[in-house]
Amino acid sequence: MKLSFGDPRFRALVYQAAAIGAALFVAWYLVSNTLANLEARRIASGFAFLGREAGFEIGETSSIAYSAADSYLRALAVGLANTFRVALIGIVAATVLGTVIGLTRLSRNWLVAKLAAAYVEFIRNVPLLVQLFFWYVLITENLPPPRAALEPLPGVYLTNRGVYLPVPAAHPAYLWMLVTFVAGIVSAMLFARWAARRQALTGRRPPMLEIALALVIVPPALVFLAAGAPTAIDVPRLSGFNFTGGMTFTPEFAALTGGLVIYTAAFIAEIVRAGILAIHYGQFEAAHALGLRRSLTMRLVVLPQALRVIVPPMTSQYLNLTKNSSLAVAIGYPDLVSIANTAMNQTGQAVEGIIIIMAVYLSISLSISAFMNWYNARIALQR
Amino acid sequence: MGTDPIFRTAGSIPDWARANLFSSWPNALLTIGIVYVLWQALPSLVNWAFIEAVWHAPDSKACRAASGGGACWAFVAEKHRFILFGTYPFDQHWRPALACIVLVALWSVSALRAFWKWWLALVWTGGLAVIALLMWGGAFGLPYVENERWGGLILTLLLTSFGLAFAFPLAILLALARRSTMPALQGLAVGFIELVRGVPLISLLFMASVMLPLFLPAGVTIDKLLRAQIALILFAAAYLAEVVRGGLQAIPAGQYEAADALGFSYWRKTLLVVLPQALRVSIPPLVNSFIAFFKDTSLVLIIGLFDLLSTIKVSLTEPAWTGFGVEAYLFASLIYFAFCYSMSRYSQNLERGLAKAEEGRRR
Repeated sequence: MKLSFGDPRFRALVYQAAAIGAALFVAWYLVSNTLANLEARRIASGFAFLGREAGFEIGETSSIAYSAADSYLRALAVGLANTFRVALIGIVAATVLGTVIGLTRLSRNWLVAKLAAAYVEFIRNVPLLVQLFFWYVLITENLPPPRAALEPLPGVYLTNRGVYLPVPAAHPAYLWMLVTFVAGIVSAMLFARWAARRQALTGRRPPMLEIALALVIVPPALVFLAAGAPTAIDVPRLSGFNFTGGMTFTPEFAALTGGLVIYTAAFIAEIVRAGILAIHYGQFEAAHALGLRRSLTMRLVVLPQALRVIVPPMTSQYLNLTKNSSLAVAIGYPDLVSIANTAMNQTGQAVEGIIIIMAVYLSISLSISAFMNWYNARIALQR
Repeated sequence: MGTDPIFRTAGSIPDWARANLFSSWPNALLTIGIVYVLWQALPSLVNWAFIEAVWHAPDSKACRAASGGGACWAFVAEKHRFILFGTYPFDQHWRPALACIVLVALWSVSALRAFWKWWLALVWTGGLAVIALLMWGGAFGLPYVENERWGGLILTLLLTSFGLAFAFPLAILLALARRSTMPALQGLAVGFIELVRGVPLISLLFMASVMLPLFLPAGVTIDKLLRAQIALILFAAAYLAEVVRGGLQAIPAGQYEAADALGFSYWRKTLLVVLPQALRVSIPPLVNSFIAFFKDTSLVLIIGLFDLLSTIKVSLTEPAWTGFGVEAYLFASLIYFAFCYSMSRYSQNLERGLAKAEEGRRR
């Protein structure tokens, strides 16, 4: 390498050194200014404030016990749990609704296809924040008070204080039913692998569906019957000015989750539609020519190819839903951002608060993309 | 490739219905079920929105009294000046109105393919300068209006337009850096893009509103609007950069090799061969990103700027007009929908047009 500007390698080194130098200078400039400003305003930097007493109540503490006397750290943990609650329920529901609408758009029925198209076009072209405000005022201003609650289905109440659903009353048998159900799924998967090996060796295929269904359904059913078939249902009941019992969704939770699901489903619908349209007719015909049954055609030919198109954009929709759940702060649902915001206003620790928010979302984003990259590599075309 | 279902359009109405609505028993049942639900829901909706709605009323009480359970559009009629122009001085409202028209004209001109020339950048510079003059004033006999008083629809359009105008060149540089062979440049670009895309926009806006003042040396301050605008520019740049990168990746390697064979320098190759093709390919997805960005500007409400959504929300807090949230947010949806839907139709048409042009060139 010559030390002259005419040598491309030398030039590249100079450019890169300049870029890194500029980035370092900007970083140093910002950090030193910040430190000087913090000192001038007598704000102690650092995360020691997390151990102090938070002193504010949180409206929804579903999974972590919390009171105003607890620390900021615990308050943030409650916020994170609330974010996860919205994101998990939202992702599952949006996937189901989005898939249904995406398939509906491909229906041969003109009315159905056009309705689905209208849904997608309208929902996609209005900002999520407007929709969240809309659902929120619809619930809090336009639904009746608990005394005059709407009852669309028996036991389901819609009021301006929230949505109330009946749930099966707690019983120890339910936990064991869940355990046997999971065990059933695992054993069915093991059985499927054994069956595939056996088919490869002998050409005979054991009755898959019947045995798998039996493995998954029979043990929980036996537990249910052994426990005396507990069917008690915890129905919400009006007592005084509000409902007690059953499952409660606050207006904030209902508006946020409902709004996120409706919004994201429109995008997922388009992804599902595109994924199915991407499969060549010839693929169906070839599968038929090979004599594959319709269910096997779907499972072995169509879905693996459609998923390859669907999975990457679907990942980014899941990420978007999780990031969009931070709009909770606008309608007062106590998610991570909203609680960090309260903590920032109370303590003045703005820098630390924003670092916490960004670090949490970055780790969620990076871990979801890492998982999806792994999954993508697994289903990618083997050449 | 598969296609969307193609519906029969020819033939008489009964033929059409038989083919598209009643082709099989399940389809017929589905059609009847949906028609029944619409029959139940639509009349009361039309009743609420139009027939029993109140269009003019002196105040909210009159509106509530006059409507027999219909919508109160009088809220929108009463508040439209505030919703469109915020707290801009009332007698000067023609200025933001004219600025809105200039902005929409700029966007419309940029949408025409005949104007996709290098001098479009000059048109934009001139247009944005005229808008800045109109909004700020302080010259040609226009009284000065500080930007704390800007608000409403014009603020939403300004945040979007200035945001995209500054983010776009930045995005091209970021995309080129990410595709570059120099590891340091690539690392910086990847770090910036992934950082911005990995966090919610709200956290960037919070950062702009509370952390940016700490970043600057003592005595230097930037106002809230500019701070939010900077955050929006950085946010848009990261997303647009990924779209431009997609366009860059779509250029066949032969184009790069041909430019190298001609002895072009990096910048000549990039400006004359690569970018013109890459940008052409990425225009439809770019328009989709523009739509997303236009919708995302509504988040500035959370840090206390008076954009379109924010002026609507503030109008609702006035005690006389509380309780009309559904009407207010439906109105907001309609405005946003009008802008976004026209952009999205444009993008679809453009995609088809470009695909056809591409096919023609191949032949």
